[in-house]
Amino acid sequence: MADAALSPAFSRAGGKTLRALLGEPRVLFGGGFVLLMIAIALLAPVIAPKDPLEQDLMLGTLPPAGFDGAEAGYLLGTDDLGRDVLSRILHGTRIALIVAFVAASLSALIGTALGLAAGFYRGWTDRIVSRLVDIWMSFPPVLLSVLLVAVFGPGLHSVIAAIVIIDWTRFCRVVRAETIRQAGLDYVTAAETVGFSRPHILLREILPNVVPILLALVSLEMGIAVTVEAILSFVGLSLSSDTPTWGGMIAQGRQIVYQGWWVLVFPLIALFSTVLAFNQLGNGLRLALDPVMRR
Amino acid sequence: MTSPLLSIKALSAVSTREAHQPVLRAVSLDLRPGEVHGLVGESGAGKSTIAKAVLGILPRTVKVTGGSVRFEERDLLTLPPRALRDIMGREITLIPQDPQTALNPSRRIEGQLTDGLRLRLGLSAAAARARALALLEEVQIRDPERVLASYPHQLSGGMRQRILIAAAFAPGPKLVVADEPTTALDVTVQKEILRLIRRMQRAHDTAVIFVTHDLGVVAKICDSVTLLYAGKVIEAGTTAAMLERPAHPYTRALIAAGPRYDRPEASLTPVPDAIFRQLRQDIEQTERA
Amino acid sequence: MLTAFVTLIGVAIVIFCLLRIVPGDPVAMMISPSATPADIAALRARYGLDLGLFQQFVIWFKAVTAGDFGASISLRRDVVELIGERLPATLELAFAALVFGVLAGGTIAVITTLLRRTPLEAVFEFLNGLFLAVPDFVWALALVLVLGVAFPVLPLSGRLDPASAPAFVTPFYLLESLVRLDFATFSDLVAHMVMPVLALGLPLAAIVARILKESLLEAMGQDYVLLARLKGMSPLRLVLQEALRNAVGPTLTLTGVQFTFMIGGTVIIERIFAYPGLGNMAIDAVINRDLPLIQGIVLIFGALFILINIATDALAVLLDPRQAHG
Repeated sequence: MADAALSPAFSRAGGKTLRALLGEPRVLFGGGFVLLMIAIALLAPVIAPKDPLEQDLMLGTLPPAGFDGAEAGYLLGTDDLGRDVLSRILHGTRIALIVAFVAASLSALIGTALGLAAGFYRGWTDRIVSRLVDIWMSFPPVLLSVLLVAVFGPGLHSVIAAIVIIDWTRFCRVVRAETIRQAGLDYVTAAETVGFSRPHILLREILPNVVPILLALVSLEMGIAVTVEAILSFVGLSLSSDTPTWGGMIAQGRQIVYQGWWVLVFPLIALFSTVLAFNQLGNGLRLALDPVMRR
Repeated sequence: MTSPLLSIKALSAVSTREAHQPVLRAVSLDLRPGEVHGLVGESGAGKSTIAKAVLGILPRTVKVTGGSVRFEERDLLTLPPRALRDIMGREITLIPQDPQTALNPSRRIEGQLTDGLRLRLGLSAAAARARALALLEEVQIRDPERVLASYPHQLSGGMRQRILIAAAFAPGPKLVVADEPTTALDVTVQKEILRLIRRMQRAHDTAVIFVTHDLGVVAKICDSVTLLYAGKVIEAGTTAAMLERPAHPYTRALIAAGPRYDRPEASLTPVPDAIFRQLRQDIEQTERA
Repeated sequence: MLTAFVTLIGVAIVIFCLLRIVPGDPVAMMISPSATPADIAALRARYGLDLGLFQQFVIWFKAVTAGDFGASISLRRDVVELIGERLPATLELAFAALVFGVLAGGTIAVITTLLRRTPLEAVFEFLNGLFLAVPDFVWALALVLVLGVAFPVLPLSGRLDPASAPAFVTPFYLLESLVRLDFATFSDLVAHMVMPVLALGLPLAAIVARILKESLLEAMGQDYVLLARLKGMSPLRLVLQEALRNAVGPTLTLTGVQFTFMIGGTVIIERIFAYPGLGNMAIDAVINRDLPLIQGIVLIFGALFILINIATDALAVLLDPRQAHG
């Protein structure tokens, strides 16, 4: 019975958490892939065989190695402007990761703050936040992001801002529900009896127990953010078509899909693997960190 | 002496989940046609496992390691699935424990009561309905027409249990397994349900295996009884003999722990720990032997 | 109902405010370089752009509640009329994807329930996990590559082949061709819809399969299923007759929410397949800074989402006998 009054996060040893994480294959696979991507992003200028911006119309739409007409040195072929597909994908990792990390962290920050407040203080705070979430959920997210980027003007900052403005609701909804659940548990009552202040209880007692599900959400959100960036590039609103982004390449590839399918295939595979990795990492984190689901 | 309807011989089983912990240790019992036999024990004693073995629905986590369960000379444990399916739900039926979860909440009573009759006895829809109405009257349900058209949530727990009893006796089974059929009910309803099962059983001359943890219930309804502890038969015999002259200290302690079947107002005495220690020692000794 | 209305007004206010801070003058984009300042001022006055923000909102709100969404700046046509032309195309697409997603997901849930504790279950679970992770955008492009380019069996863009299109009376082409028994047109429409429907419906199918299977397994463990099994029901009948109806509750609620997400997804999917629906037009409207059109479309989407939520709640009550005959 005494255990029920202890905050679950504090009754968990750090080493045990790490073991649970490393014992979860999804975390290893997803996390490993994300680490690999970070390495690629950092080393892109070194490992990319060509300059991603260098155009050579004489070498336009070259097929990837192994196909008829392939040119040595262009492993994954070139686009219609003669730019090396492999180099552009490697450089595109940078934009993808920046968007993933910055947009996901900021949406998590805003969504968590509002979700904690709404779930803990209830009353008017909750009513306003919940109504706001309802209103936000009534917009088609793709259309809203397109609209926001149009409002802010194209560019990386606009893309990130648009994602944050739309996706904070994902965090807010889950964190609010989880906060309401945690606030009903015995350890919170115990902390109230001891006489801790409300903000202390919220930040020191409840928040640590919301962190596991939050980490999982952040990872899932990173996958979503990468996709949204690709969608915005696809619509032609993200960054200038020069800058190597996967979405821009995908849009370009869709237009010339009959002449050069590889311009679409390879960035699509990069996007797909990244989304999958973040997804696996997120699901793995949830399984490994959730004290209820842990077996 | 008639030949037994059901004969369990030296049935042993282990749990595959808990490191092959025995759940049944060489359990034997015989059941004559028309007899009501109580299976008594605390939870985990193995009474439900025996009931499930008789019904052919042992969970995958339980593995039979020896013995036989013969129903009219057919071993239910080795019978091919097809033959087993023909027996279950027709010759052997079940009255489940909890009337809350034993009726499908989204189907009317009529369908739930008649599809056994149609599937098992090949009755037409009209014949099955007539039979269902007769059965409902037999279990003393007023306004059976209305009940047939009802959903389970519109009926009380006692009503639902009556319907489940009607369903269990519907195909004219030779054996009904009653799995703690009164545990989930109010005390006042319990008595009526026990009386009803007794009456139905006599009217149809059906044998009943009555699973319970309550010796008071056994005293009211059972002809004979098997007392189990940790998967082992502690004492078996006629109800009268066992309750009047209990041979085993555990039996005596359980009777003392009451609520007394003959004096329900008497104060409760818990079973002394010493008796449990003794029981465990005994079991370990026989295991080693 | 009241909260739904408040939400819709909130949507209107947000969208209105958002659009007034769009940089770039829509009027400047639509006139010839030779226009005089007087021409520009006249145009601005015509679209009410010369008034104050609050006044603009009041005028706009009055008009909207009267069913007047104004005229599109880029297409120079009535917004309601434009939406009336495009919305049916989007609705046909979304409902087709909904039906596909629910049927496919439901079938997979039933199959995996029947296959539980067999090696095949793990295969299905793995595939389901994969389908859950892949967004509609990636599906759409993968389908373009496989069914449009590698094995070009399906048309890549549009709603139907303009060369063989008959004159339609209603904007619901799919329904109309079916009613007219014009199967050639119907199959052409279906062929154009297959890829977008798959892209939208596959993620839905994966979620439905996952949630419905969980509920089915829970229902299969209930005593009434055990009793039915003892009565000799086949496993398939156990799942369909005994378990399914008691298991659909959570799936239904979830499908309602997912359906709104899916309609949101039509925006980009229509773009990829150049499908002439509302979403595709919306992106063009944004690119052209066509404020009246954007407002109208976003409001229609918002109203649609709120309607779906109300319909989901109503359906949940209808399907639950405990709530229906209380």
